[in-house]
Amino acid sequence: MTDTPNLEKTPVRDKSRFAVAMESDFVYAFKRSPVAIVSTVVVLILVLSAVFAPLIAPTNPFDPASLNLMNGFTAPMEPNAFTGDTFLLGTDDQGRDVFSTILYGMRISLFVGVAAVLFAMVLGITLGLISGYFGGWTETIIMRTADVQLTFPSILVAMLIFGIAKGVTPVEYRDQMAIWVLILAIGLSDWVQFARVVRSATLVEKSKDYVAAARLIGRKPGAIMLRHILPNVLSPVLVIATISLALAIIAEATLSFLGVGAPPTQPSLGTLIRIGQGFLFSGEWWILLFPAVTLLALALSVNLLGDWLRDALNPRLR
Amino acid sequence: MLAYLIRRVAQSGLVLLIVGMVAFGMFRFVGDPIDNMLGQERTQEDIDRLRGQLGLDQPFAVQYFRFLENAVQGNFGVSYRQGRPVSDILLERAPATLELAAVSGFLAIAMGIALGVFTAIRRNGFTANFIMSASLIGVSLPTFLIGILLIYIFSVELGWLPSFGRGETVRIGNWTTGFLTETGLKALVLPSITLGLYQMTLIMRLVRSEMLEVLRQDYIRFARARGLRDRVVNFRHALKNTMMPVITVIGLQLGSIIAFAIITETVFQWPGVGLLFINAIQFVDIPVMAAYLMLISVMFVGINLIVDVLYFLIDPRLRADRAGAH
Amino acid sequence: MTEPVLSIRDLSVEIPTRKGVVCPVDSVSYDIAPGEILGVVGESGAGKSMAGNAVIGLLNPPARIAKGEIWLNGTRIDQLSGDAMRRLRGKEIGMVFQDPLTSLNPLLQIGDQLTETMLTHLDISRSEAEKRAIAALQEVGIPGAADRLNSYPHEFSGGMRQRVVIALALCAEPSLIIADEPTTALDVSVQAQIVALLKKLCRERGTAIMLITHDMGVIAEAADRVAVMYAGRLAELGPVREILTSPSHPYTDGLMASTPLASRGKSRLHQIPGSMPRLNAIPDGCAFNPRCPYAADKCRHDPGPQGVEGRAACWFPIVRERTA
Repeated sequence: MTDTPNLEKTPVRDKSRFAVAMESDFVYAFKRSPVAIVSTVVVLILVLSAVFAPLIAPTNPFDPASLNLMNGFTAPMEPNAFTGDTFLLGTDDQGRDVFSTILYGMRISLFVGVAAVLFAMVLGITLGLISGYFGGWTETIIMRTADVQLTFPSILVAMLIFGIAKGVTPVEYRDQMAIWVLILAIGLSDWVQFARVVRSATLVEKSKDYVAAARLIGRKPGAIMLRHILPNVLSPVLVIATISLALAIIAEATLSFLGVGAPPTQPSLGTLIRIGQGFLFSGEWWILLFPAVTLLALALSVNLLGDWLRDALNPRLR
Repeated sequence: MLAYLIRRVAQSGLVLLIVGMVAFGMFRFVGDPIDNMLGQERTQEDIDRLRGQLGLDQPFAVQYFRFLENAVQGNFGVSYRQGRPVSDILLERAPATLELAAVSGFLAIAMGIALGVFTAIRRNGFTANFIMSASLIGVSLPTFLIGILLIYIFSVELGWLPSFGRGETVRIGNWTTGFLTETGLKALVLPSITLGLYQMTLIMRLVRSEMLEVLRQDYIRFARARGLRDRVVNFRHALKNTMMPVITVIGLQLGSIIAFAIITETVFQWPGVGLLFINAIQFVDIPVMAAYLMLISVMFVGINLIVDVLYFLIDPRLRADRAGAH
Repeated sequence: MTEPVLSIRDLSVEIPTRKGVVCPVDSVSYDIAPGEILGVVGESGAGKSMAGNAVIGLLNPPARIAKGEIWLNGTRIDQLSGDAMRRLRGKEIGMVFQDPLTSLNPLLQIGDQLTETMLTHLDISRSEAEKRAIAALQEVGIPGAADRLNSYPHEFSGGMRQRVVIALALCAEPSLIIADEPTTALDVSVQAQIVALLKKLCRERGTAIMLITHDMGVIAEAADRVAVMYAGRLAELGPVREILTSPSHPYTDGLMASTPLASRGKSRLHQIPGSMPRLNAIPDGCAFNPRCPYAADKCRHDPGPQGVEGRAACWFPIVRERTA
């Protein structure tokens, strides 16, 4: 019942790469999916406002000079009783503009998330390529480690790594290093997925003729892995990276919420929610609500985008 | 089967040894245990005595062996922060976590399977589709936000349920239980929903997809062709086959519940081992961290072993292999 | 003439798809008498299984009966409610599927699968059901039947499993068995045993069998009458000897010529050019016309007469002199 594919496609040679890309099934599927379009738009808006936070935010919440304690606990869109200042999303206990803290907080959340996923990706791809290509005891050690680590939920692994790293860091540097420790912890807790996919893809590609040919003409293993095998595993890696990003953002928020992540001096969305939870009972709902909604929007849209990518790029991964 | 089980036990033992190595490494190399255990006013004599007491002057292998030996006997050293034996603290805290985990685990499994079967059988029904869409959001919601949301609705706005703590508990021997008092039961409601919800959605989605797969099988068609009642086809024929892959995941999820209890316990200030662990991380209380790690590993490994045994009990094909039929 | 067990009248099954409605079974009529084996042949997709599923009420939605009537022992069954139809399944109509490896629930003992079927349909005690289960297994030739009740399906070979499947289909003593490619998944040596078993049960119990297959060898071996289906339509219907030796529809003729039968000696095997059209691309006129060596203009516009007993669905049926 399927139609035969239309073989009389226009020749692609005299078209620009962009034009070819725009005609691909991928773009076609994208245009047809409202979920993909909406989540892309939401992600873009959030990422851009995080990147340009210093330009958009009315105040810099980290600049003590711009804060006025009198402005504390101002409700959204209502002028403050003492100063008469009005804030779009209100202020917290220290008079910081919630809108600005969210923008800056999202910056930290996104930075940690992206950096952690990149770290996990590089680590996972490298270990996956190595274990798939060389096999033997190298593979055994790497994949056994992966198995043991997979036995534990990654959030627990991240907490543990955070705790150890914190123990190793001298006390006076702990707050400064917290962001980097967070990236390390989340990244290390998340490399296994990448390594597994890359390894199995490498095993498949390795046995193909073109790799044998590349070996015959004397290319070095490193070059073969990077130039020949890696490009073939990129689309599953991209899918995993997107889904991992959503998980990393949630993991970061969770750790920070638990008080074992971004410190109050560099609050991420999770830290903001932790702070806001304290005001839940006293009626200052906006301090909690807006960061929570932002986190939700970010996590949900990245998640949906990842799901869609997985279906569009590689139905086998389902 | 015996050979398989022995292999699995050996693998589990290896995992525990590796985890023990990590725990020992933390204990030995993260910060200086002597520094942490003795205050500022200490003499060289104190240091040497404690060093000998802890066996820190012994070779590495001996120290590791002694650490394991102690761990097996439930001796994890003294908490840096509280100055009490870690095992005492853990024992005191364990009932709170285990009761919470048991209730949420039961909730997650029972509701997850029930809803999964329902959404699979009523694949195109309105309710089933609604549940599926809702579960998608449920999967994306971070646990702590669910907790906060529940607190906001049921504690702040409605004032029906407490937002923190265990309520009144009753002591039975070494065990404190919240099951026997009204406040204890009320206090359990929100935390167990928070903790169980995510696992429930996972189990539900898995049961649904496995069940749909099973319902497509020939033996289900054949069962229908024999005129068996829908109830029999769905629950006697399909559900049993559905459960095979689900059991593995449920096993892993039970482990996760204990780990995720950390988050829930923090949100609800639930006095269990999870909250203890988070506080230990915040204050770099290494012995507590190490002990928690060992404890949770034993649980995980134990659950995995139980799952393996369950497999044999459910699937006759695996049992047959023991006789070496081929 | 005795009343037929099964009577299909002008049955059509349709499946709505995105590109319009397709019709995998198109205006088919045939009867099966008690104790008779009707072979239904055709290539895959000819609609022969779909017709069987329609009879037993197991069409997969969105497939549905579009028109026509199905009568079982004098009762019309195509309009029965879901539960009434379920009561018929197993009790009045048994079914045997193609692949015995996947037809049995791997996690249930075969004794349980047998007794649950009987307890569903018959008003008997559990111990009585177990007794009958043993008898049923004996009847289909399972050695040591009494000891095998507690066996799981994987403990049987493929041929033995198909015997169990047949026992399951027969255990509530239905008057009609629909056997959908019962031998296709089996080894050749086992195929003959299963065919012989079906034949034996049919004779002994007077059960009617709708034997769906694409294997002319099985048809020649077992069937009393043959219905030939092509692209959802009934091409030809008649006694097995007539169809085999003097087919009158050009398609049947081509089918026979392309089947190696010992009786025909060493003549070269024939091929029918082309392949059966897809359901969404059935040509105008007679569905077979693009492949038919005798097709005339008329065949390309007019579907031709409906196939019924003794009359092929063809404008120009092949007429032969009877040699016997």
